[in-house]
Amino acid sequence: MGTLDLSRRTFLSATGAFVVGLASPDVWAQAAKPSPLSPNNPNLSADQLDAYLSIDKNGKVDVFYGAIDGGQGLETAIAQMVAEELDVPLSSVRMIMGDTRRTLNMGGASGAQGVSRRGTSLMKAAALARKILVEEAAKKLRVAPADLVVHAGIISVRNNPAKQITYSQIIGGKSFQTNVRWNGQWGNPHDIATDVPLKNYKDYKIIGQSPKRPELAKKVFGEQDFPGDVRLPGMLHARMVRPAVAGAVPVSVDEQSIRHIAGAKIVHIKDFLAVVAPKEWDAVRALRALKVTWSQSEPNFPTHQEVHAHIRKAKVTQRTIERENGKLEEGLAKAARVISGEYEYPTHSHASMGPGCAVADVRADGATIYTSTQKPHYAADGIADLLNIPRDSVHVIWMFGTGSYGRNDQGDATADAAVLSKTLGKPVRVQWMREESLGWDPKGTASVNFCQAGIDEKGDVIAYELISRGFSRENVATNEGRASATLAGQLLGAKPEPKNTFNIPFASYTFAHNRVGWETVGPLMDRASPLRSTHLRDPYGPPILFGSECFMDEIASAVNLDPVDFRLRYLTHPRDKEAVRIAAEKAGWQKRVSPRKDLDTSSDIVEGRGIAYRRHFDTFIALVAEVRVHRKTGLVEPTHLVCAHDIGLIINPETLRHVIERQLVYGTGRTTVEELTWDRHMVTSLDWNSYPVLHMQHVPPRITIHLIERPEAEPSGAAEMALGLVPAAMGNAVFDATGVRLRKIPFTPEYVKASLAV
Amino acid sequence: MAQKMTLNVNGHRQTITVDDPDMPLLYALRDDLGFNNPRFGCGLGQCGACTVHVDGVPTRSCSLPVSAIGKAKITTLHGLGHRQKPHPLQTAWIEEQVNQCGYCINGWMMEGAALLKRNPKPTEAQVREAFADLICRCGSHNAAVRAVLRAAKQA
Repeated sequence: MGTLDLSRRTFLSATGAFVVGLASPDVWAQAAKPSPLSPNNPNLSADQLDAYLSIDKNGKVDVFYGAIDGGQGLETAIAQMVAEELDVPLSSVRMIMGDTRRTLNMGGASGAQGVSRRGTSLMKAAALARKILVEEAAKKLRVAPADLVVHAGIISVRNNPAKQITYSQIIGGKSFQTNVRWNGQWGNPHDIATDVPLKNYKDYKIIGQSPKRPELAKKVFGEQDFPGDVRLPGMLHARMVRPAVAGAVPVSVDEQSIRHIAGAKIVHIKDFLAVVAPKEWDAVRALRALKVTWSQSEPNFPTHQEVHAHIRKAKVTQRTIERENGKLEEGLAKAARVISGEYEYPTHSHASMGPGCAVADVRADGATIYTSTQKPHYAADGIADLLNIPRDSVHVIWMFGTGSYGRNDQGDATADAAVLSKTLGKPVRVQWMREESLGWDPKGTASVNFCQAGIDEKGDVIAYELISRGFSRENVATNEGRASATLAGQLLGAKPEPKNTFNIPFASYTFAHNRVGWETVGPLMDRASPLRSTHLRDPYGPPILFGSECFMDEIASAVNLDPVDFRLRYLTHPRDKEAVRIAAEKAGWQKRVSPRKDLDTSSDIVEGRGIAYRRHFDTFIALVAEVRVHRKTGLVEPTHLVCAHDIGLIINPETLRHVIERQLVYGTGRTTVEELTWDRHMVTSLDWNSYPVLHMQHVPPRITIHLIERPEAEPSGAAEMALGLVPAAMGNAVFDATGVRLRKIPFTPEYVKASLAV
Repeated sequence: MAQKMTLNVNGHRQTITVDDPDMPLLYALRDDLGFNNPRFGCGLGQCGACTVHVDGVPTRSCSLPVSAIGKAKITTLHGLGHRQKPHPLQTAWIEEQVNQCGYCINGWMMEGAALLKRNPKPTEAQVREAFADLICRCGSHNAAVRAVLRAAKQA
């Protein structure tokens, strides 16, 4: 403990996101050694402009977006970015999303980087296309390019507007056959560079507007199909058969037990077990009727109530200090006072509204897969690995579907469908059940945060330590790109490949002696575990910020500072400070040292306010929570959330507001009600009663969002950044109201009542 | 024993063959009749994703045996209105851009439409009460309330 472990590898992984963003085109050119041909379709080349957009004879623009839109408006926002740079009407842009034959692997929904990374890449492609088209028009119209203007896909001579030519007349239906500089990366780091500068934000006409999402209208009129709505001729319906005890595998299966169900069949390969039937209800009946003899399994899990004690005492598998300055031990030794605090975060399920569902049609000449996984290209890679077929023979068609918010069960269901279709030689639709989705989806993991601070005689904070310990975020990979990363693959014998990954959100607090890092402990079960960890929305946000931002308030109280003043004193980045200052201002923040001293202590209902801050990539946020605490029942009601939000350039302000509001509601659920429960054998929170998500009566009724305008700054992401602040802001507000520090999530009435009674 | 049943869905009568009278209505709608809007969320009547109107009453089709329908009129979200003649709540829902993924949308819109029918000018508290038993994983709760209030105002 306490040694500096800042290897080069760690440094790069901790800051790589920013390094790539700033890399010069020359660096990219050198790095571009791998083949630019897409492994999922070698007819697409990442160094060709044609792989990013095309213009047809009618002037319609197809944009090839190699990732997905989880219903948060990326389809519209990225279309706006492209339309802006290309100077075409938004209505002429069509987004082709996540189709592995038509798009390149640009990663997942990862880190809410759809706009900041992939949107920006596509803007660069659009700017290059515009330049080529203008140069071509200049030749055809026999004028200099500088004498041309473009409006709505029509290029005309500035002083003679009648002299014009359209994009479609120049390129319609033809390819650009123009190179872009690809950075040699697939997935999230994928990017391109060109020599064409982007427009100045002052000239934007489409960016900054708030067009509505076309797919939402389809959903409202019942027109939007999801993967589960795909019906293929001869398609069978499947249900996976899972054990009641984790780790148990099927020893024998009684075929007679489902004989009375017309057309029902069993698929049993190694430890993989499913039932299929031509009619969906018959598959459900077969699942319920099937008699299986399972192997004895004694997982002997520490229960969800014991898991934090387990994390405290389990062997540390990796310790990484992400940021360190000064000498922490010296700082603590010099301090007049040392305070410490521990914070526990529970295990969460993705708990998607729709359980995993996918359709697969695997034939001798290739596989067609319909899925709403967040990472369709990786799904194609994983299916090729699982079925042992070439990557380019797998065509994954991504469709809008249930909100996934991380690697939920969609990818596992997709792998199940592929195995079944290959085995049966027919198209197969797999639908996971509710208990299966909560029980067997990959999980967001529990952690414990250990915090301490040293304060000198003057009340200055001179030393700070945050160590977050928990399960790795990658017991299975964050995508299903290898057979070993799926339940199906593991049940069929692929060896699991767990990794130790963890991360601590960056914060610009500056102390003389500072150490921030993490420690992982080993998985609770090696193979096909219902508790296997992976990314759940904002994987490093709520679990760690709950500790770090509550502890900042503990220090503020210890040094008799108002929580906002404390942050403004120790934060150093101007955009951080601005977010904190504006959130406080918009909330009408009452300045005081917490807890408040002006309350009637005999009152059942007390109110308080708390703040929390974070930076996530180049998004800077502060959240004020106002809560009402019912002392008798322990109920904590968030009455008002106020968010100041800086993402740099804003593409679509209304959609941005929607995304922030929705995630603050979601974050409230992950603060006040959600907790996965399990016993020695298996997950026990298997329905919406035992795994509660937020219902209307617990939703914060007032949410105020202030968007900080910074159009000169590059756009960052928004879709998971704010939610991570809810636990700490609410916890700090409860402390302000009651003087009691809540140290574990969720803030259930039982837990709060017990804490108040102490 | 297989038996024939005629269901009245969105104003059309269609006959299906049912092996198991206990089969929930949801499977008849989706699997036999190809209506995609009601969705399987839990099969337990806990979430609302499968909601349809049965004689105007919001009903969780995952938990209602198909044999219990009789001559009742079933309306799905698709039957609530369409682009040429939208239900006021559909218009308001788009104005408010309520949902993100929209997997839960049937429960919210069918409950909201039923509320507006029995109480055309609900208070905010009444709307929240009407939505008390629904789930939305994306956190669209407040937006759904705004949409109902907007539809009520414009009616």
